[in-house]
Amino acid sequence: MTSSNQHDEKKPFPWHLVFFLGPGLLIYVVFSVYPLLDTLVLSLYQEQDGHSSFVGLQNFITLITDDTWSHAFWNALANNFEFFAIHMLLQNPIGLILAVLLSSPKLRLSSTYRTLIFMPTMLSVVIIGFVWQLLLSPIWGIAENFLYDIGLGQYFDAWLGKESSALITLGFISVWQFVGIPMMLIYATLLNIPDDIIDASVVDGANSFQTFWHIKLPLILPTIAMVSILTFVANFNAFELIYAVKGALAGPNFSTDLMGTFFYRTFFGFQLQQGSASMGAAVATLMFLIILVGVMLFLFFIQRRIQRFQF
Amino acid sequence: MKLIHRLMPSNGLRQLPKSVSVHAVLLAYTIIALFPILVVVINSFKDRRAIFRDPLGLPTHDSFTLVGFQQVLLRSDFGLYSWNSLVVTILAVGLVLLLGAMAAWALTEYKFKGNLLITFLFAMGIMIPIRLGTVSILSLMVDLHLVNTLTALVLVYIAQGLPLAVYILSEFVRTIPKELTEAARCDSVSEYKIFFCIILPLLKPAMATVAVFTMIPIWNDLWFPLILAPGESTRTITLGVQQFVGQYVTDWNSVLSALTMAIVPVLILYTIFSRQLIRGLTSGAVK
Repeated sequence: MTSSNQHDEKKPFPWHLVFFLGPGLLIYVVFSVYPLLDTLVLSLYQEQDGHSSFVGLQNFITLITDDTWSHAFWNALANNFEFFAIHMLLQNPIGLILAVLLSSPKLRLSSTYRTLIFMPTMLSVVIIGFVWQLLLSPIWGIAENFLYDIGLGQYFDAWLGKESSALITLGFISVWQFVGIPMMLIYATLLNIPDDIIDASVVDGANSFQTFWHIKLPLILPTIAMVSILTFVANFNAFELIYAVKGALAGPNFSTDLMGTFFYRTFFGFQLQQGSASMGAAVATLMFLIILVGVMLFLFFIQRRIQRFQF
Repeated sequence: MKLIHRLMPSNGLRQLPKSVSVHAVLLAYTIIALFPILVVVINSFKDRRAIFRDPLGLPTHDSFTLVGFQQVLLRSDFGLYSWNSLVVTILAVGLVLLLGAMAAWALTEYKFKGNLLITFLFAMGIMIPIRLGTVSILSLMVDLHLVNTLTALVLVYIAQGLPLAVYILSEFVRTIPKELTEAARCDSVSEYKIFFCIILPLLKPAMATVAVFTMIPIWNDLWFPLILAPGESTRTITLGVQQFVGQYVTDWNSVLSALTMAIVPVLILYTIFSRQLIRGLTSGAVK
């Protein structure tokens, strides 16, 4: 650190620091850090007739217990956990299987498969939502005809339009789009496992399933944990897919409402209910807390995993 | 399977059925991944009758039509939307790269009070989504008279992209040998020159990775265009398509064409840059 010593001796004002760090930090603080903190503060206020007054935790109490709010809030939260569970149960296992298959030794066309399977991930969630809305539409009948062709025609339904199946269907669509991310990240980790470890297990007589279960899986667990937290943050922040396919009302009968759409409606209002900045801020604050807890759990978990499996 | 393995210990024979089934699974999934996109693109070139009569068929000489595309171009300003998206994305990504590299350099190279705090502040931004601050961002933009301007979007996207950029580029700056900068300082080269003439060129590969990661969410975003710049003249392509499809939902030709016009440019760019993107994803840059 000779550089800092030099500066300490002369003690000129570190203009170069201001030059390098200033612009980026300024934009980041003004348009990200400050709005976030301001939102947390705003959630403690209530606006009335043009001026706002401090009300403490009243907005949160209203959200969680008041009859007109709590039902929508708990519904969105429960739906969001269901949405996340669909991703965890499908996206990561499918991504894992694809990654393991892609990393089979001497697999031809491996990079072609990788590129093509990752393709939907690149497109806008909005576009993907519309594409699936068309495919699943009973008017067009592509999905219906396909099911008839494979003999399952009687199971077809307007899944996106039914309260019981709309959220699950949207979950499937989202999984379909983003399965490329776990696939890619797990694939990268699998490639980085040193050959000697695999060779050693083969010499010890392990078959390929045992090698996977006892050697590879523990080594890719940190990656799976990371993918899980990325999914968690993305899911509890999701808005576009629901908004594109079902609109801000997240129909039918709010059965596809997530925290993101609930936040949007609370802030901007809908139908007869007027939008409220402070209630919107309260919803955003709760989303912030949920995401923060998730990230903390992840850091705790991955920290231990990395220590255990470092090589 | 075990029996077969024992009966045929020869490696070549044992590998064959396994690799066939691996290909079968991967091929099946590739079809699942591409089929919905292909159906939309193919049908956008067919007339209404053919769309419904034979949705899976390719456009024939009789059914081929560009009427959907004509309708889209007639009823909405797709050129403008694409231009807006392009301007916002290029400005935001360019500034994220430049400001991100400068900040990453300052935070890794110089020791100063508050360094740790600022590094932590940026690190938080990787995990905490900027949308949670939307309520305040909107009122800030109202105060700054930036609502319905592309500037608002560019500023927000820079703030959104910087944390990951600073993180990835800092990792990269650390791998640059200290001797390089020390030697330059002995020759009393200024700090600015060291950064712009020595460090910045070395950061190019990492900046390509950052560019891809920053670009995709910006191009595809609906949230901020919808809230900060919903006006006709500042609409981005994602918002434009969303509004168009919502409005003409019963006109299948137009809807399919609008979606195709949003999909195809992205897929062309993806095909060109996929090598770069996948290398970035798999190089562990985002561990």
